[in-house]
Amino acid sequence: MKHSFLDNYSDISSVIHGLDPKVKIIAFFFLTVVCVSTPPSSYFSFGVYFVVLLGVLLLSRLPFHHVFGRSMVVIPFVLMVAVFIPFLKKDIIGGGYNLGIGGLTVSNSGLMVLWNVVVKSYIGVICMILLSSTVPFPKLLKGFEDLGLPKIFTTIASFMYRYVFIITDEAQRMKRARDSRCFGGKWIWHSKVIGYMIGTLFIRSYERGERVYVAMLSRGFDGDLKGKEGVQRLKPGDYIFLSVLIPIVTGVRLML
Amino acid sequence: MNKEKAVEISNLTYRYPDGNLALQDVNLSIFAGESVAIIGHNGAGKSTLLLHLNGILKENGAVKIFGKSVNGKNLKGIRRMVGMVFQDPDDQLFCPTVYDDVVFGPINMGMNDKEAKERVTEVLGRIGLSGFEKRSAHHMSAGEKKRAAIATVLSMEPKILIFDEPTSNLDPKMRRVLIDLIKSFPETKIIVSHDLPIALELCQRIIILEKGRVVEDGSVKDILGKREVLERYEIDPSYHCQFCDMFKS
Repeated sequence: MKHSFLDNYSDISSVIHGLDPKVKIIAFFFLTVVCVSTPPSSYFSFGVYFVVLLGVLLLSRLPFHHVFGRSMVVIPFVLMVAVFIPFLKKDIIGGGYNLGIGGLTVSNSGLMVLWNVVVKSYIGVICMILLSSTVPFPKLLKGFEDLGLPKIFTTIASFMYRYVFIITDEAQRMKRARDSRCFGGKWIWHSKVIGYMIGTLFIRSYERGERVYVAMLSRGFDGDLKGKEGVQRLKPGDYIFLSVLIPIVTGVRLML
Repeated sequence: MNKEKAVEISNLTYRYPDGNLALQDVNLSIFAGESVAIIGHNGAGKSTLLLHLNGILKENGAVKIFGKSVNGKNLKGIRRMVGMVFQDPDDQLFCPTVYDDVVFGPINMGMNDKEAKERVTEVLGRIGLSGFEKRSAHHMSAGEKKRAAIATVLSMEPKILIFDEPTSNLDPKMRRVLIDLIKSFPETKIIVSHDLPIALELCQRIIILEKGRVVEDGSVKDILGKREVLERYEIDPSYHCQFCDMFKS
C-alpha cells in the first residue's frame, strides 16, 4: 500500500521546490509570526500576505485544489471555536438574529475577534501547507536540525514519519479483516469492536517499538544520537527569495 | 577448516522474566567461516538464542564471540562483529531514507561522514541497490526491503552474519535472488529458518533446537540424510527425499 499524505507534491520541480529547506522554514515561520502580530483592523496587510502567498503558490506550481482543498480541513476546527465569539462581547451592536424567543445580538468587537482568528489561522495554515508540500519530509527534518532544533526532536518526528504508514497499513488490514466477516449490528457492538481494534493496534505498535529498539541496539546504538551531516550552503536563489519576501512582509507590517 | 571459534556457547540457560524457560543448557561452537542453520519449531528458542549472540540478552560468561565474552564491557565490540538481520525489515529500517538506515551502524561505530558515505555506496552496490539512497522504505518492495535490511548490517563489516528467517514473505524469484546473495557472503553465517531447502543450499551444518535444548548438531548429510532423525523431530520427511535426490544428481 502506498501513501504520501504528508508530503504530497514535495518532489515536483519548481523554483520554490529548489530552495533550501532552511530558507523556506525561516520564511514561512516569519510570515506566520508577523501575520499573527498584525492588528486585525489592518486589512491591507492581510491582503498583501495573501498576495505574497499566492505568488509563492504560483511559483511553486502546486495545484490550487491541493493547497486550498487541504486548507479547508482546518477551517471547521477554527470555525467551531470561533462561531461563539461574536456573541460574547457586549458593545456596539453590529446586528442581530430574531430566534422567536428573544433576540441574539452580534457585537462589533466580537465580529472583529472572529475575523482575527479566521484570517490569522488561515494564513498560518496556508504557510504550513506550502512548506510541507515543497520540501520532502526527511529534508524538512534536516532543515530543522541545521537550524538548531535538538536531534532528539527530529528523531522522534522521523520515527513518526517512518511508522505512521506501517500503522496505517496495519489498521487498514484489520479493518478489511473485520469487514470481510460481515461487520454489522448495533452501534454498541460497533464501538466495542472498534475499542478492541484500537487496543490491538496499540499493543502491536508497542511491540514493534521494542523490536525496533533491539534492531537499533544491534547496530551499536548506545542512547546517543550521533551524526550531523554538514550544513548545506545557501545558493543565490535562496538569498533572493529571502531578500524579496522578508522586506515586503516587514514593510507592510511596519507601515500601518 | 579454520579452527578459530567464532561463537562459543557453554551451559547457556535462560529464563524469561515471566518464568518461561526458553533455553536449557545449550552448548555449541561455531567455527569461523562456517555456515550453520538453526532449525526448530515455533517457540523452540531460536530467536532467544540469537538475541544472546549480540548481547541483547546477557548471561555472563556463557557466550563468547571470537574469544571475547559477551558482557556489558565488550558490548560495542561484540555488536560490531555480529551483524543481525531481523525477520521483519520494517523493524530494521527505521530511518526516513535508506541512506540514513545504512549509515546508522557506521556512525555509531564512530566513523566520520566521508568514510561512512563511501561505505554506504559500496555496500548498496554490493547488494544491488545502488541509487536507492534517497528512497524511503515504505515505497519499496518486500525483496528490496530485505536487501536494504542486509545492507544496514553489512555496512558495519561484521565477521558473523545472522539471518532470522531470511526468506519469509518473499516470492520464489526474490527468494532465489536472496539465497544467491547470502551465498556470496564470505563471513561466518548463522541462518535461522523453517525453510529447510535453504539450509540444504547454504549450510554445511544443521542444529536442531527443541524446547530450548540442542537436540541434534551435525552435518547436513547426518541430519537430512537420516529419515528417522527428521521423523523424530516432526520435520517434513519429504526433505529427506529432496536431499537424496540432490546427492544422486
